[in-house]
Amino acid sequence: MDQDVGRGTGRRVLLIEDEPNITEALRFLLSREGWQVADHADGATALDQILDVLPDLVILDMMLPGRSGMEILRDLRALPDFEDLPVLMLTARGQSRDRELAERAGVSRFMTKPFSNTEVVTAVRDLVAQARASTGASSHP
Amino acid sequence: MGRDTLTGSRIRERRVIAGLKQADLARRVGISASYLNLIEHNRRRIGGKLLLDIAGVLGVEPSMLTEGAEAALLEALREAAASAGAVAAETDQTEEFAGRFPGWAEVLANSHRRVAALQEMVQTLSDRLTHDPHLAASLHEVLSTAAAIRSTASILVEPGEIEPQWRDRFHRNINDDARRLADSSKALVSYLDESGTDSAGAALPQEEAEAFLASHGHHFAGLETGETTPEELVAAQPNLRGSAGGEIALSVLSLMQQDARLVPLQPFLSSIEKLGIDPPAIARQFKVPLPVVFRRLAAMPDGRLPTQVGLVICDASGSILFRKPVEGFALPRFGASCPLWPLFTALTRPLVPLRRQVSQLGRSERHFDCMAVGWPEGAPGFDEDPVFRAAMLILPLGSDHPTEGTQPVGSACRVCPRVQCPGRREPSILGDGF
Repeated sequence: MDQDVGRGTGRRVLLIEDEPNITEALRFLLSREGWQVADHADGATALDQILDVLPDLVILDMMLPGRSGMEILRDLRALPDFEDLPVLMLTARGQSRDRELAERAGVSRFMTKPFSNTEVVTAVRDLVAQARASTGASSHP
Repeated sequence: MGRDTLTGSRIRERRVIAGLKQADLARRVGISASYLNLIEHNRRRIGGKLLLDIAGVLGVEPSMLTEGAEAALLEALREAAASAGAVAAETDQTEEFAGRFPGWAEVLANSHRRVAALQEMVQTLSDRLTHDPHLAASLHEVLSTAAAIRSTASILVEPGEIEPQWRDRFHRNINDDARRLADSSKALVSYLDESGTDSAGAALPQEEAEAFLASHGHHFAGLETGETTPEELVAAQPNLRGSAGGEIALSVLSLMQQDARLVPLQPFLSSIEKLGIDPPAIARQFKVPLPVVFRRLAAMPDGRLPTQVGLVICDASGSILFRKPVEGFALPRFGASCPLWPLFTALTRPLVPLRRQVSQLGRSERHFDCMAVGWPEGAPGFDEDPVFRAAMLILPLGSDHPTEGTQPVGSACRVCPRVQCPGRREPSILGDGF
């Protein structure tokens, strides 16, 4: 877990993924694009981590040890001030049923593994830009 | 009414259709016309060679003259009509159809059974894709590793400089991931391969086990004498070896072996000779629980008991774990059974044996003496709730048996004609023409 995350910059990404090499690759890519990346691998404590880091975007894996990405997303959306936090969900199960569930739970975008780097980087950029445009604020409360 | 009643009437009906006089038929099968008359009026039992001879002369399958086979066929036809949904089959003419086109009726009934078996299997397979944790974890592992490789590799091939320590690190990661991917995909393939052979016979595990037990008449002489073991018996069946059906068969056979040790064959049969089929008395004599006696009765060789014996065992969810059918008592192949069976009543009052005379509604009412008992399975513990099971013996009653106080029961709701039933779960497809 990288604690060296700047606050209030509007460029913080929290990556919740238990596959270390995916984390490493995404961290490299996003850092290179100027994002500040924090990561976390445990589902059970992921929600606390989001509240702690207050990222501008969360990349959330569906299948995590301890707690599923879907449950984390539902809890997150139930919290005030987090209804609009962009969440990009990664899953190894592309079934339409999962996509539907995720959409109902309030996912911002859904991406199936294996994804392309460009897709992820573009999605992160777009989602944060959209969130900023709709709230008119540059960072989270 | 019992089986004999119907057999006699059937013979008469068939003889008239064939245009034979009573005397002609009697002469050709070598009996007197008056004796045939008694048979046709259901005053004499008939079976064995005489039945075969009469069937031969009348040019019909012997099973067409006996009620049991036909009842099973009609039951299957009604189920087929029930599952046809929008197509309205002439269910009021089921009997006529089976009577006029017995071959086609068999074909239809068999196809229906096959469809039901396949539906069940599709359900199993789709459940598996959704719920099998091993399969889901395995796929997740493969795809996650592929995602890591793809992501890392595309960083490496992008134009532009990457710092050497990052590049080395990514190379290492790819190498590790590639090895992991090779292992996990191999594991996945072998898992799928194995499960593929499981379903090769396209039969459900419980069906496979039941077919095996039925083909031995639910009796295994080798287990009685201790000459064979359950493992050997299962190993001798190529289609059961290593399959889920084999597991089920093995557990049934192991229990049979255990029961046979507690209650050996000869003493058991002598006890029945003395006491009749009186499970509580036999249980007392051998100092064993009632279910052991039930299972022993169902494991006796054909013809050694004064009557046929059917047995069903269920768990608290109502799922049938074991079935040994008895002629005339329809046990639904799939789906839920009639909640009025004493079997299920026994679940609600465990350890209290209950005995009920029931009649199963159908084209003809057949009467059965049912004995049931429920019990907690396994050793009790303070921290665990017991798992309950119940067993029911089904003994056919003769046609001369008084029928007052008989409880009507069905087989499954959809094919049960009973109106205003407290246990009804869904409407019947049958009219009230029964």
